[in-house]
Amino acid sequence: MAGARVRLAVLGVLALALAALPFLADKFYVQLATKILILAIFAMSLDLLVGYTGLVSLGHAAFFGFAGYLLALVSPQYEAANLWTSLAIALAGSAVLALVIGALVLRTSGIYFIMVTLAFGEMLFHLFHDTSIAGGSDGIYVYVRPVGTIFGWQPFDFEDFTHFYLVVLVAALGVYALLRMVLASPFGRVIVGIRVNEHRMRSLGYHTFRYKLVCFVLAGTLAGLAGYLAAVQFGVVNPDMLGFHVSASALMMLILGGMGTLVGPAIGAAVMMTLELLFQKITDHWLLPMGVFIVLVALLLPRGLVGLVTGARAKDDSRG
Amino acid sequence: MDLGTFLIQVLNGVQYGLLLFLVASGLTLVFGIMGIINLAHGSFYMIGAYLAWSLSQHFGSLWLAILAGVVLTVLIGVALEWLLINKLYHRDHLYQVLLTYGLILVFEELRSVIWGNDVHGVAVPEWLAASIRLTDTLAYPVYRLWISAVCLVLAVLMYLLIQRTRLGMMIRAGASNREMVQSLGINIQLVYRLVFALGVALAAFAGMIAAPVSSVFPGMGNQVLIICFVVVVIGGIGSVKGAMAGAILIGLVDTFGKIVQVEIAGFRVLPELAGMTVYLLMAAVLLWRPEGIFGRRL
Amino acid sequence: MAEAAARETVLRTEALSRRFGGLAAVDNVALECRMGEVHAVIGPNGAGKTTLINLLSGDLPPSAGRVFLRDREITGLRSDAISRLGVGRSYQKTNVFLPFTAFENARVAAQSRLPSSMRFFRSARTYRQVNEAAERALVQAGLEGREGIPVSALSHGEQRQVEIAMTLATGPSTLLLDEPLAGMGAEESARIVELLQKLVAGHAILLVEHDMDAVFAVADVLTVMVNGAVLASGPPEAIRSNPEVQEAYLGTEEAH
Repeated sequence: MAGARVRLAVLGVLALALAALPFLADKFYVQLATKILILAIFAMSLDLLVGYTGLVSLGHAAFFGFAGYLLALVSPQYEAANLWTSLAIALAGSAVLALVIGALVLRTSGIYFIMVTLAFGEMLFHLFHDTSIAGGSDGIYVYVRPVGTIFGWQPFDFEDFTHFYLVVLVAALGVYALLRMVLASPFGRVIVGIRVNEHRMRSLGYHTFRYKLVCFVLAGTLAGLAGYLAAVQFGVVNPDMLGFHVSASALMMLILGGMGTLVGPAIGAAVMMTLELLFQKITDHWLLPMGVFIVLVALLLPRGLVGLVTGARAKDDSRG
Repeated sequence: MDLGTFLIQVLNGVQYGLLLFLVASGLTLVFGIMGIINLAHGSFYMIGAYLAWSLSQHFGSLWLAILAGVVLTVLIGVALEWLLINKLYHRDHLYQVLLTYGLILVFEELRSVIWGNDVHGVAVPEWLAASIRLTDTLAYPVYRLWISAVCLVLAVLMYLLIQRTRLGMMIRAGASNREMVQSLGINIQLVYRLVFALGVALAAFAGMIAAPVSSVFPGMGNQVLIICFVVVVIGGIGSVKGAMAGAILIGLVDTFGKIVQVEIAGFRVLPELAGMTVYLLMAAVLLWRPEGIFGRRL
Repeated sequence: MAEAAARETVLRTEALSRRFGGLAAVDNVALECRMGEVHAVIGPNGAGKTTLINLLSGDLPPSAGRVFLRDREITGLRSDAISRLGVGRSYQKTNVFLPFTAFENARVAAQSRLPSSMRFFRSARTYRQVNEAAERALVQAGLEGREGIPVSALSHGEQRQVEIAMTLATGPSTLLLDEPLAGMGAEESARIVELLQKLVAGHAILLVEHDMDAVFAVADVLTVMVNGAVLASGPPEAIRSNPEVQEAYLGTEEAH
C-alpha cells in the first residue's frame, strides 16, 4: 500500500512538472513532448498485450494508423471535424478492426502470433497504399484540426499547440489510470495469469481466448486513440503509419523502458524520440546507429533501462 | 483470358512461387531447427540482389557475380551466427524479433551508404535473353524458365539433404531437441551455423537470380520477408514441404490477383485490391487450420 | 457396502481410450467415481494414470469412449468448461503461478467461480467472497501463515500444497488429484492425507498416488492400471489380496 502511495505521489509531481512545461519551454520542445506523450499512449497500449498478457504483437501500428485514417476520412476538406463524433468513430473503428484481426490471430500463439500480426498489419498497409480510398501512397491531409465544444462552449483550441499539449497530457494520464485500474481488476488478474501460465488458467475454468480477445480489442482501441491524436498533431496520415517499422519501434520502447510496468514504455518512448533526434543531428544515415543501438539493447539489456536501474534483481526472465 | 495468357500467368506464378520458396525455406528451417525468428531474413534477399547488380558490373558477368555473391553471403551468415544469433537461442522470441529488426535497419542503411537509394536494373545474361514463341502474339522469356528450373533443382537437393543425410535426420526429428542431437554425436553449434548460413545463402541467391526480372530497389527485402511469413504460416512452421506448398499457392494467387478483373457492386475489387489477396488467403487458412497446412497440430 | 451402493455416481467413463500414434496410453477404461468416496488409481509408471486424468479434465481429447458427469456427457469438452461444471484437478508436476504469492494463486483460482471475470473497474482485492474462498482453501491445504509469500520462494512441498489449494479454491464437487503427495515430507503428507479424509464427505475424489500407505489409508475403491488398461478394480482388501495385482504391481512395489 505504501508503495502505491509513493507511486501516486511521484506521478503527481511528474504530472505537475509536465503540465508546467509549456510555460517554461518553447514551441519546439512542447511539440516534441506532445509527440512523446502520444507515443507513450501507444506504447502503454502495447504493453498491455506484450508485457501483461504475453502476446507479442508486431502489427500494433495497424490500429494506430487506422484510427488516424478514420479521422482524415471523416474530416470535411476545409472545415474542422467535430472532435467528439470523429473521435468516437476512430475509436469504434479501431476496436472493430481489433476484434476482427484479434479473432483470427489469437487462434495462433508464440512465433506464429508474431508473424501473423505482422502480416495483418501489412495487409492494412496495402489496403491504403494500393487503393485510392485515402490518397494511396501519398496519404491524406487533415487540413483543419477537429473542434470539440460542450454545449456551445469550446474549452480548448487544437490549433494552439499549448492547448493540444495539455489535452494530450490529460489523455496520457487518463490512459495510464485506466490501465492501472483494469490491471487491478479481476480481468487484469486473469490476463496476467494467462501470461504466466495459460494452460493452468484454462484448467481453472477460464475461457482464455475470450479474455485475450477483449484485451486485444482494448489495446487496439487505445492504440487508435494514440493514432487519432497523432493525425491531429501532424495533420497528415500516410500508409507508413500502419507499417511494421512503427510497430517494431513501439516494441523497442517497451524493451527499453522495461515491459510490464506501463511507466517504463512511456519512458522508452521519450528515450527513443530523443535518440532519434540526436542521431538525425549527427548523420543522414541515422537509422544505422539506431539499428546498432537496438541490436545492443536486445543483446545486453534484457530488462531495459528499468532493469539497469533496479540492478541485478533477476537475470533474464524465464518467460518461455 | 485466353489459354495462352492463362498459361503464361501460370508459369509466372509458379516462377514467383519457387523464388519465394527459396527464401521461405531458409526462414522455416532456421526457425524449425534453431528456434529463431529472423526478421532480417528478407534483408539477405535484398543484399543478394544488390550484390548481383554491383558485382556483375564489376566482373561483367552475372555468373561470376552470383558465384562471388554466394561465397560472400555464406561468410556473412557464418559471421552473423557467430557474433549475434547464437546469443539468442535461449532468449524469448521478443528479443529475437528486436535484435533481428535492428539488423534490418543496419542492413537497409548500409545498403543506402554503399549503393545509394536508386532503383537499378540487371541485364539478363545473353544466352538466356531469348524468348520462346508460344503463339503469334505471345512469347515467354527463357530466363524465367531458367529461374524456375534452378529453383526446382535446389528444391530437389534440399529434399535429398533432408531425407538422406544425418543433418536431414535431425531436421526431420523436429529439431531443437539438443540432447537427442548431441547424443547422435553431432556438433550442434556447427550444425546451427551451417543451417543459418545455408538459409542466408538461399535468400541471397534468390535475390540474385531475381534481380534481372524484378529490378533492384530499396525496401525489396521487407516486402519479401512479409510475403514469406505468409508462406510459412500457410505451409506450417518448420515444414519445408509446407513452405513449397505455401509458396506456390501464394505465387499463383498473387499473380492472378493482379490480372483478374473482379467487380462487386460497381467497385473494381481486383486488381485494385491485389495486394491484399495473399493476406486474405492467410486469414482463410487460419480459420481452417491455424497450425498451417503441413504444421504439427498444437 | 449397502451404504456405498446408495452413493451417487458423479463421474463415469465408458470404454475410454487415448492413443498416441500406435501406443494406447489409455485403453478401454471404464470406471466410476461416487460422491463421498476416494477412488484411487494405482499402477506402475507409464500405466496411463496421468493420461486418464487428462482425459477426464479435458486437457486431452479422448480417441474413443465417453465421459459422463452425473447425467451429462462431457466427452471432448474443453478443460475450462469441465472445470466450470465442478471438476477440479491438480497436477503431478507443480503447475502454479510462480511469481504470484500463495494467496494470489488461490485468489485467481477462487475468482474463476465469479459468473464472469469480465470486470474491469473494481479492484480484484475487494471481492470479499473470493478472498474468503481463497483463504479457506489455503488453510485447508495447510498453508496458514504462508499466504503472502511468493510461491517461487516456498519449499517444494509447500508449492505442492498451493497446487492443492488452487484446486480446492474453485469449489469443485469432483476432485482429480494427480500424485498430490509427490515430493512432500512425511509431515506434509500426513496433513494432506488427513485433509483427504475430511474432504471426502462432500466430494467425489479420484486419486492417483504412488504412496501406498496413503492410498490404503484413504481409498474406498482401488483401480489398478497396467499398460493403459484396467487390471483389477474393487475394494482395497480385495485388491490387496488379488494375486494378479500382487504379481504385476504391489509385489514389486513392496520389494523396494
